[in-house]
Amino acid sequence: MSHFVRGMFCRVCGKRYPISPINFCTEDFGPLEVDYDYDKLQGDLTRQTIATRAWNMWRYRELLPLEDEPRVGLAVGGTPLIRADRLAEALGVRRLWIKNDAVNYPTLSFKDRVVAVALSKAREFGMSTVGCASTGNLANSVAAQAAAAGLETFILVPADLERTKIFGTAVYGAKVIGLKGTYDEVNRVCTQIALKYGWGFVNVNLRPFYAEGSKTMGFEIAEELGWRFPQHVVCPMAGGALIGKIYKAFRELHLLGLVDAPLSTRMYGAQASGCNPISACVKVGRERHKPVKQPNTICKSLAIGDPADGYFAAKLIRETGGWADDATDEEIVEGMLLLARTEGIFAETAGGVTVAVARKLIEQGRIPRNEEIVLCITGNGLKTQDAVFDALESPPVIAPTLAAFEEFVGLRSSVVQPAPALA
Amino acid sequence: MAILVEIPPPLREAAGGNVHIQVTGTTVGEALTDLIRQHPALGTKLFDNGQLRPYINVFVNDEDIRYLEELQTPIQDGTTIALIPAVAGG
Repeated sequence: MSHFVRGMFCRVCGKRYPISPINFCTEDFGPLEVDYDYDKLQGDLTRQTIATRAWNMWRYRELLPLEDEPRVGLAVGGTPLIRADRLAEALGVRRLWIKNDAVNYPTLSFKDRVVAVALSKAREFGMSTVGCASTGNLANSVAAQAAAAGLETFILVPADLERTKIFGTAVYGAKVIGLKGTYDEVNRVCTQIALKYGWGFVNVNLRPFYAEGSKTMGFEIAEELGWRFPQHVVCPMAGGALIGKIYKAFRELHLLGLVDAPLSTRMYGAQASGCNPISACVKVGRERHKPVKQPNTICKSLAIGDPADGYFAAKLIRETGGWADDATDEEIVEGMLLLARTEGIFAETAGGVTVAVARKLIEQGRIPRNEEIVLCITGNGLKTQDAVFDALESPPVIAPTLAAFEEFVGLRSSVVQPAPALA
Repeated sequence: MAILVEIPPPLREAAGGNVHIQVTGTTVGEALTDLIRQHPALGTKLFDNGQLRPYINVFVNDEDIRYLEELQTPIQDGTTIALIPAVAGG
């Protein structure tokens, strides 16, 4: 629980709001952000306190916007930060880490973090029905965690989503509705439902709280590095909130003295070429992104044509001295295979995007080869198997005999090999 | 037939409590100008220095005007214009 939340403020005009299920300013429609009393928090949250707590996202609970103890998603987070030497060698860099949220609990994506906060908050607000607009991972997580919390769910998705992601939502008993349109159209309908009926949509009227959950990925990265910041972070971008929240987490750790060194991390954003409003905005030097009406990419989890945090993500990337780029479908598959074959991590298409874009940024010289880099892997490849299906050869089928095996692998069965000596 | 602007709940106080407001005009821009003429309190909420604010999306018969002709998008009798907050999703 946090006694350090002061309310919310508008990121555009600064107008203050008390905590309630609203996501935008009534003066200018700017996004609302949770405000903490960092002065009061000074000295209250220490490395020692954190070290006594379980290895999950709630070990940083003072910096999450709940009034009471968390009620949903108690075991979420605490994913591994892996030293990725083999991938580093393939990319030609010295020190590379992977923050692996592909193994997050319970639904194998970073969305478990945001949903744990959003649904805990929904319970605090006394809501009994929750929902979301989703490109898949969020749907899975809301459905699973709402089932465990006994909440009713309505989940709206673009109808052309991967089957695995639709089944992986329906299995939890959620009411899943496919809309014949893009994610942005689904999102607009959810906004209209939330405004008209007041239901708790995790990424609409619960969004200020929901998005704070993403900070825990940043807290964990710094703690796993021994309370340090990496020099470079590459992060996939859909709505553009995660990259900003990871950086906000770093800023908070510095502000509270949990990390001593100054914060000079550069943030890099990764998108798919078939839906690249933010990376295009960074590359051409526009202040605001141009929305993409009809995304066309195998990376459906990042297919948000009009990202709510696009402006802030592009601004952060510019201000930290980072950059953004995007990857074609072919490059995405190559990225997925490279990650799987060097580090044994099967990430979903968004992971392929992150690896492929990191490779580009390194080759362009935008990320130096001799500095420390963290790649954020946000979802699991088992959910997007169709993307790599065509790139893999089917396994050969042979007769169930030793002779057939020897013939297949080119061993000569007539040569008698001496039996190995038993130890 | 008329041109109707749908007012979302957070804007209704500034719009005299109305859910729908009938306006005149041949483009979205003219329709919004007429809306603000009727309810001046909506002016600064929708526009900043003559520019539509970035976090409000305007839809003409469910189509985002940024994919049409922005404020120059032509409208006619029977058109419904919806004003929808943009900060959602992701």
